[in-house]
Amino acid sequence: MATRSVVPFGPQHPVLPEPIHLDLVLEDEKVVEAVPSIGFVHRGLEKLVEKKDFHEYVYVAERICGICSFMHGMGYCEAVERIMKVEVPQRAHYLRTIWCEMSRIHSHLLWLGLLADAFGFESLFMQSWRLREKILDMFEVSTGGRVIFSVNKIGGVRKDMDADMLKSFVALFDGMEKELRILSKTFLNDYAVNSRLQGVGFLTKQQAHDFGAVGPFMRASGIDRDTRKLGYAAYPDLDFEPITSDVGDCYARTQVRIKEIFQSFDLIRQAAAKIPDGEIAVPVKGFPDGEHFMRVEQPRGEAIYYVKANGTKFLDRVRVRTPTFANLPAMLETLKGCQLADVPILILTIDPCISCTER
Amino acid sequence: MNVSKSPWLLHYDGSSCNGCDIEVLACLTPVYDVERFGVINTGNPKHADIFLITGGINHQNAQVVRQIYNQMPKPKVVVAVGICACNGGIFKECYNIQGGVDTVLPVDIYVPGCAARPEAIMDGVVKAVALLDQKRKKAAEQPAPDPKEAG
Ligand code: SF4
Repeated sequence: MATRSVVPFGPQHPVLPEPIHLDLVLEDEKVVEAVPSIGFVHRGLEKLVEKKDFHEYVYVAERICGICSFMHGMGYCEAVERIMKVEVPQRAHYLRTIWCEMSRIHSHLLWLGLLADAFGFESLFMQSWRLREKILDMFEVSTGGRVIFSVNKIGGVRKDMDADMLKSFVALFDGMEKELRILSKTFLNDYAVNSRLQGVGFLTKQQAHDFGAVGPFMRASGIDRDTRKLGYAAYPDLDFEPITSDVGDCYARTQVRIKEIFQSFDLIRQAAAKIPDGEIAVPVKGFPDGEHFMRVEQPRGEAIYYVKANGTKFLDRVRVRTPTFANLPAMLETLKGCQLADVPILILTIDPCISCTER
Repeated sequence: MNVSKSPWLLHYDGSSCNGCDIEVLACLTPVYDVERFGVINTGNPKHADIFLITGGINHQNAQVVRQIYNQMPKPKVVVAVGICACNGGIFKECYNIQGGVDTVLPVDIYVPGCAARPEAIMDGVVKAVALLDQKRKKAAEQPAPDPKEAG
């Protein structure tokens, strides 16, 4: 047996936007084991339900993670709404769907940039983030915030988008799609990029199933499961199919995510065409009593919100199972046997979000 | 303003929700582009002049933050980005949050906002550059190390 050495990776590391620490056990350049240690971002915000009432907690839920902030808020709101049997107006559902899909586009573009940065393609990183700024501008126009916008409330949403705004967004998407097509050519066809992505970090369909992977990470291994198909918000009215790939390497994950961006453009177009007129929120009276599991498909995969209420204004318990948490065991498995130089890319291809994992 | 040297940034995510982190990164990308001021984001504390911290301090990351700060060469400026880093913000009452960055480090500049907007972050960085110059001049005048700064 070759001698083993341990290389610490993180918590502060150039490719990691967020702190996680891995002890990589190496044999020469090959990783034989990866031991994670976490807790750098733990705040303990689930416990805050005891100090903030259930309306206020929406703001906390949105700050579980700043990247999918909108979806966290929405998941929590939908869970409480279902406990309280609030009939949310259809228009609010559509608006939520549109913002959700915009969040997905922004999150995936952000990820593409980080991936490009991880293999050292600086201009590609810049181009992805330049494109992403357009989505952020749309967020700013429609909600007033760039990353955290607090438009969700229990019973609906706070802001409306008029027909002109929706039309202008859809028109902007056409331009963005064209630019994305050019970008995706580099991501998917460039020789240098391919040599970093193809054949790296295989996860088989069986492994994805056994380790309970979720989201694009799982779909890139050939399991076609998408929580949006369960039908929350306005998704039952929209026409889409989960995007999958059978290969299961880093390249496949990139491909799945790029296709998902195009799918999101399409979903927003459908929603903008079908959106009904009417109220955007209903008044909510009384306190929730009961419990509910809400499942939401975030850019990184399926997130689960468990809310337990006791009939007072403070909830008993809120629990969030986030997608990165579900993906970590599978990621550690794919790390075994890879080259040290591939570790950053491998970690990135699950699109880790540490702040929501540790909360 | 007399910028005598291009300042290099080091960004560390304390216990932020990512909102401020992605805004810090957004500052580096084409729309805001702090690189036109000569600012570069570096991953190495030994190259950095300005330490940007997002998010509050908890027991686990307090020593990491201190370690990074001690590894940075003098003079150095600490910028707390976002209300979490300023005083704990919305997470102030969480059991695992000690408070803002100033509970472990001397903070020079506070950038408020949740999430802090890129314009505000850039403003903080520009102020940090001026402060860096001041500190450098002061250090040149009196070479004896300031005990407070030694951390
Ligand atoms: S200040 Fe707000 S956006 Fe920034 S890290 Fe804290 S909660 Fe997130």
